[in-house]
Amino acid sequence: MTQRSTLPHLDWLEAEAIHIMREVAGQCANPALLFSGGKDSICMLRLAEKAFRPGRFPFPLLHIDTGHNYREVVDFRDRRAAELGERLIVRSVEDSMRRGTVVLKHESESRNKHQSVTLLEAIEEFGFDCCIGGARRDEEKARAKERIMSFRDEFGQWDPKNQRPELWNLYNARSHKGENIRAFPISNWTEMDVWQYIERENLELPSIYFAHHRPVVIRGGAIVPVNVPLVSGELTNLPKAGEEIVSRQVRFRTVGDISCTAPVESEADTVAKIVLETASTTITERGATRLDDQTSDASMEQRKKEGYF
Amino acid sequence: MSANQPSEHPVEDHGLLRFLTCGSVDDGKSTLIGRLLYDTKAILADTLSAIERTSQKRGVGAVDLSLLTDGLQAEREQGITIDVAYRYFSTGTRKYIIADAPGHEQYTRNMVTAASTANLAIILIDARKGMLTQTRRHSKLAALVGIPHLVVAINKMDLVDYSQEVFAKIKADYLAFAAKVGIDDVRFIPLSALNGDMIVERGAALAWYDGPTLLDILETAPAAHTERAEKFRFPVQTVCRPQDSANPELHDYRGFMGRVESGAIKVGDAVTVLPSGRQSTVKAVQIGGVDIGEAGTEQSVTLLLADEIDISRGDMIVKTLEAPAAVKEIRATVCWLAETPLDRARTYLIRHTTRDAKAKLTGIDHRLDVNTLENLPADKLAMNDIAEVSFKLAQPLFVDPYSENRATGAFIVIDESNNNTVGAGMIL
Repeated sequence: MTQRSTLPHLDWLEAEAIHIMREVAGQCANPALLFSGGKDSICMLRLAEKAFRPGRFPFPLLHIDTGHNYREVVDFRDRRAAELGERLIVRSVEDSMRRGTVVLKHESESRNKHQSVTLLEAIEEFGFDCCIGGARRDEEKARAKERIMSFRDEFGQWDPKNQRPELWNLYNARSHKGENIRAFPISNWTEMDVWQYIERENLELPSIYFAHHRPVVIRGGAIVPVNVPLVSGELTNLPKAGEEIVSRQVRFRTVGDISCTAPVESEADTVAKIVLETASTTITERGATRLDDQTSDASMEQRKKEGYF
Repeated sequence: MSANQPSEHPVEDHGLLRFLTCGSVDDGKSTLIGRLLYDTKAILADTLSAIERTSQKRGVGAVDLSLLTDGLQAEREQGITIDVAYRYFSTGTRKYIIADAPGHEQYTRNMVTAASTANLAIILIDARKGMLTQTRRHSKLAALVGIPHLVVAINKMDLVDYSQEVFAKIKADYLAFAAKVGIDDVRFIPLSALNGDMIVERGAALAWYDGPTLLDILETAPAAHTERAEKFRFPVQTVCRPQDSANPELHDYRGFMGRVESGAIKVGDAVTVLPSGRQSTVKAVQIGGVDIGEAGTEQSVTLLLADEIDISRGDMIVKTLEAPAAVKEIRATVCWLAETPLDRARTYLIRHTTRDAKAKLTGIDHRLDVNTLENLPADKLAMNDIAEVSFKLAQPLFVDPYSENRATGAFIVIDESNNNTVGAGMIL
């Protein structure tokens, strides 16, 4: 008998992700793929191409826009969706604010966690029975125990103590009307896998992932971008009184709402250099760059229970 | 902006190994995982400083590596692991996925879940205590779920003065037990997770042991589930028919999308489609519309056939000379996963590959006592029970025995009232 060959790790991860996306397509009547223009969701688009071309994607792309996203990323999002010829649906936290379903505690409060409300409203509006997302288990410890097909009740809530057992590659994406499945095809990927995949597939990224100079202030040890232009041209993240604006060479490891994403100092201006930097970094992806996860040990767990992705 | 250039440092890729760690907190399982992550530099500075703070808060002197695997709020409050957690590390040549399953008896279902995707299991034994009931239970479950490679890690050697005699005694005890339950591929390693001896570094205290370190074993274990050549099994997940495309060449395109669950396929192979029995040959093998000519196990691909055949999700494409059995009755080992016991009067849904069939229990042969490993008579199945049962099916399934093929021998049982996954089955 011949020995069975094994796939290189990126090929294995790719094959698993394609399988999961096709299970969603096969089991769910009306799914959507969350696409933000960030690096993980850019990988998801390539995986969807490999899963479904030469056909169309069996789902639209959905972005929950906080209104505080980097202009470069929003431009990229629109251009990429157009290049692929796929339908992009954008729903905005600002619309939820106008409707009164999102109420900020104060003007400058991060809108990141409020995306949950807008997401649930979009799910209801379009009747989505599954949302496919690019979350990874290595990002955060509440995610380490989440299923690949994660069940949410009518309020979008995740109950960590009541998850469906997930065995072999037999995924159960069944739901009743009003309930929702969140599917995570790249659950088993790490930040390093994502960068290696971007390198291998020669994927284009928004420019802010590469080293560039920008005005920042140093606040509580973190590098905080200031005077960031929004799509409207208006500036956000204004410095506080007395803060000194300096220019630093930085890149973003994660991209989200401007108010809660911080860059890291870096000279890496190519994907190959980022791969090397990722291999030698000493700080976790979210540790350095997500100002919202550090509030307490359990903050991600709490947000997920409330319907967050 | 495109800024992609090839890496300057290509490394050999030995694929990906999924393994399972079995044991309780007392055996030092969390410390072992923490040590593996720490010594392979998978732990970054901010995580380390967070567990330093927690160690101090809980009054632990040195950094408690077991805190690295601490999960959910509820688990932290109770100081136990409730659910399977997945951890990741890489050595540069190989990527690892650890399934960390809790050890208590009431969590049999979690261990079965974690074991279902693993190709190697590390069974932890506390050197001071030797073989325990739970050691037998974990080993039996690992064997039942068909994990091909077992590593018995005899931990806390530092607490028995690194005694070679203690190690030899436990090894002999285990081998006597393994012979009885039919475990043949098993390796033994003495270690101290606390001090890091024989995990990644050899340390100085176990000079009498000349075998590989734990990481050496992991680096060289076969990553594939089996080294046997397996029959080609291709359950169809979805069908691609891009008729609305502007490209007229695609008007007749019918791509059958799925994952090669076992075996291999190439252009020109003769295939049969189940359940119709229609035969054809493979015209193309593609990924994303690009021809790749052939595909092996675990690859997700699209197959195009030479003949126009009606195929939909739930059908299976196989090689013509090696078709599986089509059955409307199955006998299987089932682990019950739900708090609600199995109800003999009810109809359940069985999901096997991409195919669903209504199913009704027709009999329980016996139940396995996971502690004594005795077969006992049984008339019901409650959570964490493991039993040999029979189901009759409303639609045929195309099955192989689980011992021959993990993908076409496995199924889950779904309760349609709440859509929960309530059982896991392995076809006999």
